[in-house]
Amino acid sequence: MSGRRLPGGGRIDRNRPLNFTFEGRPYRGYVGDTLASALLAAGVRVVGRSFKYHRPRGLLAAGVEEANALVQVGEGARAEVNLRATEVELHEGLTARAVNCWPSARFDVGAVNNLFGRLLPAGFYYKTFMWPDWRWFEPVIRRAAGLGRPSILPDPDRYETRHAHCDLLVVGSGPAGLAAALAASRRGERVMLVEQDPLPGGSLLWRPAQIDGRSGSDWAERAAAEIAAAPDALVLTRTTAIGYFDHNALALLERVAGAAGSPGPDHRPRQRLWSVRARRVVLAAGALERPLVFPGNDRPGVMLASAVSEYAARWAARAGDEAVVFTNNDSAYAAAHALLDTGGRVAAVVDSRPAPPARRTASLQARGVRTLLGASIVATHGRPALTGVTIRDAEGHDHRVAADVLAMSGGWNPTVHLFSQSGGALVWDGEQALFRPGRSAQAEVSVGAAAGEFGLSTAIEQGWRAGGGEGAPPLADAADERWTIGPLWRVPARGKAFVDFQNDVTADDIALSARENFVSVEHLKRYTTLGMAADQGKTSNVNALAIMAELTGRPIADVGTTRFRPPFTPATFGAIGGRARGELFQPLRRLPAHDRHVQAGAAFEEYGGWLRPAHYPGAGESAHAAEQREALAVRRAVGLFDGSPLGKIDVVGADAAEFLDRIYANTLSTLKVGRARYGLMLNEQGAVIDDGVTVRLAADHFLVGTTGGGADRIAAWLEEWLQCEWPDLDVLVAPVTTAWAVLTLSGPKARDVLDAAGVDMAIGEEDFPHMTFRECRVAGVPARISRVSFTGEVSFEVSVAADRACELWDRLRLAGAPFGLAPVGIEAWMLLRMEMGYLHLGADTDGATTPDDIGWGRVLKRRRDFVGRRSLTRPELLRKDRLQFVGVEAVDSTVPVPVGSHLRSPGLPSGSEGYVTSSGLSPTLGRGVALAMVRAGRSRYGEELLVITGEGRGRRVRVTVPGVRGPGGEPLDG
Amino acid sequence: MLLIPCPWCGPRDEIEFRCGGQSHIQRPEPFDAVSDEAWADYLFTRINPKGVSYERWLHVFGCRQWFNVARDTRTHEIHAVYRMGEPKPDLRGVE
Ligand SMILES: [Zn+2]
Repeated sequence: MSGRRLPGGGRIDRNRPLNFTFEGRPYRGYVGDTLASALLAAGVRVVGRSFKYHRPRGLLAAGVEEANALVQVGEGARAEVNLRATEVELHEGLTARAVNCWPSARFDVGAVNNLFGRLLPAGFYYKTFMWPDWRWFEPVIRRAAGLGRPSILPDPDRYETRHAHCDLLVVGSGPAGLAAALAASRRGERVMLVEQDPLPGGSLLWRPAQIDGRSGSDWAERAAAEIAAAPDALVLTRTTAIGYFDHNALALLERVAGAAGSPGPDHRPRQRLWSVRARRVVLAAGALERPLVFPGNDRPGVMLASAVSEYAARWAARAGDEAVVFTNNDSAYAAAHALLDTGGRVAAVVDSRPAPPARRTASLQARGVRTLLGASIVATHGRPALTGVTIRDAEGHDHRVAADVLAMSGGWNPTVHLFSQSGGALVWDGEQALFRPGRSAQAEVSVGAAAGEFGLSTAIEQGWRAGGGEGAPPLADAADERWTIGPLWRVPARGKAFVDFQNDVTADDIALSARENFVSVEHLKRYTTLGMAADQGKTSNVNALAIMAELTGRPIADVGTTRFRPPFTPATFGAIGGRARGELFQPLRRLPAHDRHVQAGAAFEEYGGWLRPAHYPGAGESAHAAEQREALAVRRAVGLFDGSPLGKIDVVGADAAEFLDRIYANTLSTLKVGRARYGLMLNEQGAVIDDGVTVRLAADHFLVGTTGGGADRIAAWLEEWLQCEWPDLDVLVAPVTTAWAVLTLSGPKARDVLDAAGVDMAIGEEDFPHMTFRECRVAGVPARISRVSFTGEVSFEVSVAADRACELWDRLRLAGAPFGLAPVGIEAWMLLRMEMGYLHLGADTDGATTPDDIGWGRVLKRRRDFVGRRSLTRPELLRKDRLQFVGVEAVDSTVPVPVGSHLRSPGLPSGSEGYVTSSGLSPTLGRGVALAMVRAGRSRYGEELLVITGEGRGRRVRVTVPGVRGPGGEPLDG
Repeated sequence: MLLIPCPWCGPRDEIEFRCGGQSHIQRPEPFDAVSDEAWADYLFTRINPKGVSYERWLHVFGCRQWFNVARDTRTHEIHAVYRMGEPKPDLRGVE
């Protein structure tokens, strides 16, 4: 293992060494290193195994486009998987291992796939595992193909979401991006400059350059500092623009605190997801180098030429001692010079072009480097890493040359991902052999290499202009040099030539795809999985479609690209979720008297977004026993139920009665002041969408009651009709559900308890009858009382201002104690209404239930229109065999029939005639009670049906009127 | 994510709004003279234009007002917003 750290240079702090482990072995690096640069400097050549063939792989790149070095970092709850080693900042104690390797990167059992590679062509999975069922094979394949093992422990860190607005958002802090942000910030604009790297500068961090008389990296540092110091500007490093959405909305992922895998050090969140709305956007995201496609191009030691330069200049890490450069364009010559400058040897530069610019070759020949023109590399050698290559010269002769690094360049791809996401159209630039941004769809402009402009001066000028810069832009000292390329999309030679390194897609796979007529890029992608890995084909897509173009004889522009989709680089679920997790994922509403329920020993459950008492189990009491006891208390004494979530909507105005007559399926305008009426609301399809009791407080004032789940929905529904259909009506709608707490006394002793609590009016049956409403004081608290009943027992629904709920609760409990008052939870409450045969919307009905289905056919007698009226006479809704709401009682035992059980006449051979919608054990009767929807149910009272599904299968039930009756057939509520 | 200019509150993020679908649909009346076909058409038939879509939106986490939006389904460009009850704006040249 040769030390490859250069003696000087690089943006690393040699006074601050860091210890880390990779694959269990200890290594050292420096502050400023990435995991990748530290491994390279330590001479580690195999950093992972490929996805399908488990071939040994080394570093391909130095940045986000890295396709091979996927690592798992950290342990336990903070384990992060599928990170690119090139993006992992080194920190003390970092532990990393390669993903997709078992037991290790150097010795990998899955490599047997490589031996049988002939058997694993593109489409292999689709062809082989379709029959009899993909699911049989999936577990085995997934285990073999897994990319790391994410922690199953809860994430201990915090994540945040932040919203921001700006005049100008600049993505990328290379020379073009810095110039844009500098110009805009000097104009006093609100500027956000976003850089995914820890340092601003982009290519200036490693490419030799002089701007305004300083070194490129010095200039970048000063420019970024000036922008950051501007009053309305923000420079975000370690922040990646991952998505570009409509109307200049962009998502940024900021890595705030703690390197990957390390403990979050302080109060700060680990990551922050920014949602930014920008007036204008400048995309200065640079360009990514393309690999060349030739046999053995995935052997560890084969790297992008620009990565070789970047590792040397930025991290003082030399990729190898003996190099060969393979290129089809001018840019790789810089890598050869960088290797020479850092003390390496360059055995040869292989240029596929017969006649590259003479000044390029001359500059290397002057340094003693052999250049082979019109040549290519047809094989690589060495296990597990590169020891040599075979060069085929222009005459077709093969030469074997020793090398431990091969720097390749197939040209450049502008980073057009965000541009493409924004809706912009790409154009093919044949001269430079690349796709670059064409027509913009949003207020956006691409500059510099991201626009296919590789000259430093031009990039700076483009950025400066895009930022609204006035006067002369910063000046690069050297004039732009022309850059030329002679496309070479694949080297015509036998052997596995990889296009997509991360998903192991070869040039032969693309040829197979073409032969099988998957020639569209979208089909090619899915058939071969090309570009579908975590890197989304950053280094492979253009090579692949160019090869497809060659194979099918089409111009590259006609083949086109697949869609670029967010995120640009993978984002954690933690960041996407932000604070919305655990209790904050969907915060539950609490009742005004929540604390009192806690004191009363309530067991809470969620009902329609509210945390409500399901029941109040005593010591050692089961949920079922509690529910039975509470229901019996209502039948025999008195219960106290918190019904606060029931929807309450004030409907006020001269046309309030007319409005409700249009909204409700039944008439509300005839309701007298101080009285209450049950009502049904339909949608325009004629289905019942809500029910409830409405009271009339004054001639022009109704209080509409809805189901708990309907409180918000129905308020919005009323508004929609008022605003969109009947704006001429003089009506105001105000949802007031949470303004009131509703405590209901129910049971034979309810009146006694209310009386004992103290009420300033007569509450006898004559004075205050069923279905009436009064305003009064209860125990001194201003209250509204409705005489409505959900249980069949005498009930007083007492509403007080929400902030007096606890006071009322205490008074009623105190007053009720001598009468055996028990707090009653939802479960008992539901049981009581079930006994009575009262409908519970959403439990007994579904989205297709009509008024007639639940016994409200009389609404059709109304002569006027109302919402849903016309639908009720559609033929489908008039069918006689629709499901109708009925009761069912078991005839064979007292055990309740399970909810959801399907029912059928014993005389029918197959099919279902309905199902049980509500069921429970009646404590009063000591047997099961149930409600159901049954085909033509109302004409079948007394008929026996079979339970044909579930636990009750084979049992017999009888169809009845909804609600159980006493022994003499009388209703339970008398 | 769209930036929707509420006629009452100004430009706001799409997450504050709810789309109510196609606008300018006439509710057929009187109910006892409407054919099954005409009623079904009102309930279920919607245009799906490639181009300008006239639709109604509710600023649900804002002023809670409904209004109309003329939005291009190809580009999501919003050509106009206007209040309920107002006629479709003249968008000749952009449609
Ligand atoms: Zn608004």
